[in-house]
Amino acid sequence: MFSYSPLIVLFPLLGFLFLGLAGWRLRSEKLIGIIGSGSVGLSFLVAIMIFVHMLGLPVDQRKQSVELFTWISTFTGTPSSISVSVAYQLDQLSILMTLIVTGVGFLIHVYSIGYMRGDKGFWRFFTYMNLFIFAMLNLVLADNFLLMFLGWEGVGLCSYLLIGFWYDRKFDTGGYEPGKATTSDAAKKAFIVNRIGDFGFLLAMLLIFIHFGSLSFDAVFGRAAVLTPGSSIMVWITLLLFLGATGKSAQIPLFVWLPDAMAGPTPVSALIHAATMVTAGVYMVARCSVLYALAPAAMQIVAVIGALTAIIAATIGLVQNDIKKVLAYSTISQLGYMFLGMGVAAFAAGIFHVLTHAFFKALLFLGSGAVIHALHDEQNIQKMGGLRKYLPTTYWTFVVGAIAIAGIPPFSGFFSKDEILWKTFSSDYGSIPLWFLGVFGAGLTAFYMFRLVSLTFEGEGRYGHDVHPHEAPRTMTIPLIILAFLSVVGGLVGIPESLLGGNAVEHWLGPVFDPAYEKLRLTPHGVEATEYVLMILSVGVAAAGIYGARVVYIRRTELAELWRRKYASLHKLLFNKYYVDEAYDKLVVSPTVKVSDGFLWKGIDVAVIDGAVNGSARLIAMVAQNIRRVQTGIAQQYATVFVGGILVILIWLMFK
Amino acid sequence: MIVIRLEDLLYSAPLLVLTSSGLLALIAEAAGRDKPVISYYTSLIGVITSLILTFLNLGAGVPVFNNMILQGGYAAYCNLIFLSSALLSIVLSRSYLERMQYHRGEFYVLIVFATAGMMLMAAALDLTIVFLGIELMSICLYVLAGFMRKKELANEAALKYFLLGAFATGFLLYGIALIYGTSGTTNLVVISRSFAQLSGNSLFLIGCGMLIVAFSFKIAAVPFHMWAPDVYEGAPTTVTAFMSTGAKAAAFATFVAVFVRVFDIPGTALSSVLALIAAASMIVGNVTAIAQNNVKRMLAYSSIAHTGYMLSGIAAGNAEGEQGILFYLVAYTFMNIGAFGIVSWVEQQEDRKLKFDDYAGFSARQPAVAVLMSVFMFSLAGIPPFAGFFGKYYVFLAAVKADMTWLAIIGVMTSLVSVYYYLRLVVLMYFCEGESDVAAKVPLAAISAVTLAAVLVILLGIYPSLLVDMTKGFFKI
Repeated sequence: MFSYSPLIVLFPLLGFLFLGLAGWRLRSEKLIGIIGSGSVGLSFLVAIMIFVHMLGLPVDQRKQSVELFTWISTFTGTPSSISVSVAYQLDQLSILMTLIVTGVGFLIHVYSIGYMRGDKGFWRFFTYMNLFIFAMLNLVLADNFLLMFLGWEGVGLCSYLLIGFWYDRKFDTGGYEPGKATTSDAAKKAFIVNRIGDFGFLLAMLLIFIHFGSLSFDAVFGRAAVLTPGSSIMVWITLLLFLGATGKSAQIPLFVWLPDAMAGPTPVSALIHAATMVTAGVYMVARCSVLYALAPAAMQIVAVIGALTAIIAATIGLVQNDIKKVLAYSTISQLGYMFLGMGVAAFAAGIFHVLTHAFFKALLFLGSGAVIHALHDEQNIQKMGGLRKYLPTTYWTFVVGAIAIAGIPPFSGFFSKDEILWKTFSSDYGSIPLWFLGVFGAGLTAFYMFRLVSLTFEGEGRYGHDVHPHEAPRTMTIPLIILAFLSVVGGLVGIPESLLGGNAVEHWLGPVFDPAYEKLRLTPHGVEATEYVLMILSVGVAAAGIYGARVVYIRRTELAELWRRKYASLHKLLFNKYYVDEAYDKLVVSPTVKVSDGFLWKGIDVAVIDGAVNGSARLIAMVAQNIRRVQTGIAQQYATVFVGGILVILIWLMFK
Repeated sequence: MIVIRLEDLLYSAPLLVLTSSGLLALIAEAAGRDKPVISYYTSLIGVITSLILTFLNLGAGVPVFNNMILQGGYAAYCNLIFLSSALLSIVLSRSYLERMQYHRGEFYVLIVFATAGMMLMAAALDLTIVFLGIELMSICLYVLAGFMRKKELANEAALKYFLLGAFATGFLLYGIALIYGTSGTTNLVVISRSFAQLSGNSLFLIGCGMLIVAFSFKIAAVPFHMWAPDVYEGAPTTVTAFMSTGAKAAAFATFVAVFVRVFDIPGTALSSVLALIAAASMIVGNVTAIAQNNVKRMLAYSSIAHTGYMLSGIAAGNAEGEQGILFYLVAYTFMNIGAFGIVSWVEQQEDRKLKFDDYAGFSARQPAVAVLMSVFMFSLAGIPPFAGFFGKYYVFLAAVKADMTWLAIIGVMTSLVSVYYYLRLVVLMYFCEGESDVAAKVPLAAISAVTLAAVLVILLGIYPSLLVDMTKGFFKI
């Protein structure tokens, strides 16, 4: 069964190749849509088959690698030998991620058939989307760092291509005068910010190779399992890996690209910038859990960055007016929770949150897409309202998503978020302040989500009279309903033992993280009574957030205006996202541009490098013209040169 | 007593089938029907059958015919290159020759016999067979070079090639004689056993030097390369494609067979001479190519440069070098035959449309062909993920391992120079405007042949171990 796993990767690749080469000739959008979604659907089916097969196997046989071919192999037999295969590793973690990527990916592909209808780049869209799925599957299924990096860069490329999909549309992003920037600039921003993180990943990979002599997961983690914590190189490796993760998963300090990534079509935001790609950093940290276990200091940093990101992004989300930007900040914030989980050694809980978040965040984004679709590309929630009666399906599914993310039981978000918070509170690596930040963030989450729901769907419509909102077509609503269902029940696979559940996710993932848990010598403490109290507390906070939002934005709308005036400076600070973009522009972008322009370009590049390059080019061209003259076309001369060569060779052989 | 065993014949089936198909085509021609198509299909069937038989024969190498030739293993691998080159050349030639009004049946016969000569060269376990193979191949090529016999340039090319080729043959024979005189045998297996003591003998070394001269002429290495640009330019373009791939591969196959698989050259003066020739070829080939305005001549100099890269592998003389060359030859065959295939198609009538400027704006007129041409150019320049990159990578790696880092550095530096003239074509195709008088339809057979070459160039660039694994067991006889 495992040998079928390359098929998972193959189908989206075929879809990409076919659509990329022949898509522009296909007149029928339906056909393109079927091919594009079908390829992902087939992958999903294969993944399910393998998953079911795994369920039937004893625990120690669930992990297997399938090697396709040797990719790079040099210096064999020497100490610096390197051998990297294109090989896929199936284990409890990678199959779970594969199911998320292909399952949620399939639904979003289907949704896109409706959403992208009539777009002149319809085939291009599905081409990129299939390429993305291919790259993402390489990322999660790779059995070595290099192949993972290939997928990592591949998803980055697709992210770039899809953010700038409508490359000529106006889009305001930091660092440009209003009205001057296009979505291409947002795409470039995402790409460049990610480069910084990728560089960290690359350095980490080199250090891993130097230190462990291999890049394959089995070899590296096997050798790491016998080390003891405390070496500084492990701290460097894990921190550099984490730098990569902060780029891809939009954490402090590299989170600035994600809100601008909303320039892409909404299904892209749902698939890439919510459900799958941005969780790649979390997956990578989880995959390297053994390495992190060897560097507790790095884990502390991960936890703190995660908690801070969760809070900061949530506060920004409170005041944004673009429906997709609110969701973007919410994504950053939820990713922060996942990293908090990683940092406090709650690896399984973090991955559990990846799973539930994929459901409810994809749902929320697709729901927002349906709203934007209904209002003809309006994204400002101040110009919405009252959509409940026109878009009933969208409304109800959106509310389900909002309840799930707010953390109200028994919806899925509650179980995963609470598991992280409980571990933050009780684990040896967690602490009360971190826990407090987490709970506070949860309250904020509930508040801004229901602010969004209230402003969009409740009250009176604030859009123009010429707009007649309509419910989305069925290709869009069916994925919404399925995702809503999953957002409700998705958490049931991880009901904690204290609530008489089996915590199936944790048990399933257990073998993957056991080496790390052993290294960390986790001691279970904290009593069930405390867990109940904290649970009730966090549900209370969430409920308060929801209630508060409904009061402020439905019943007493004047309160919002009042507070905005009263705390004008705080509002301005949050509205302008703590001026992070501006700070980066002043501190990093402008100086870089200035130095590049004045010194590196006009000084070094034009004068020194171009001078040298052009000079040597001229020299070579001159030599070439002269050598050319030797080629006279006269056979006798050729023979003379021939004889000259012979003489040189014979003399050399005689006297050397 | 000399006996021919049944398995000798069975193992040599690819060679025998190919030769028979050539003879059949010849008889059909002689029968007087002026129908070149008969000859075309006969030789095509012969080449394809031989290719299939070679695939079946890929296992371990077996000496046959009283240790005169080797079949299977190394020889089979090389045969794949020659036969693919012959196959693509034949397919490309038909439409080309029809357009040039030189479509004659004997053309295909000559290609088939030249290929048979190449197969002998790679299979040789005896210096006399080396000689036999080289002559069989060369004489066919002399005729092919002058095939368009009413064309001045073609006549000049054929005559020059023949004169200088005869000159080189003299040295080859002289070298074989000296080696026979000092070692008492022409059998390569026997020589390999006593190479250590023979290499102290200066007459033996001179003999080896003569072999180097003769082989270097055939692979067009500096300073024995002077014929190449003139001949490549004057010969029919599809013949140039065949010469620069199949014939060059065959010469390399014997070069490797003698100097890597038989002789143990690392550390000897032979190795340093080869390194010198390699360096000179890389520098002269790449630098002179810059000054060319004719695409065929540019590709001729580029082929001299590639000779230099591959020679680094022989100079290194280690297992990596051999593997590197064997990979490189395949990569080079497909990218070069692809490039020449497109040139042969763009070329309209005699000596027209061969200038760089004729490619301006090509992408607008023929987008698909322009993409294919770009693939070949990028691959020739050695840019990943195309096969050309790994070819260079492997031979330079071999040079570094053999403590000839300087050679690898020259290789990389001159590769950098080469990017200029390869990408010049790409820039012209995509970024310059040109007259749009080419709208002719590309013949289906030709476009499939070129596309196949491009697919292989990409496939081998992504998945090089497909071939490298095959060549792992070949080192030394």
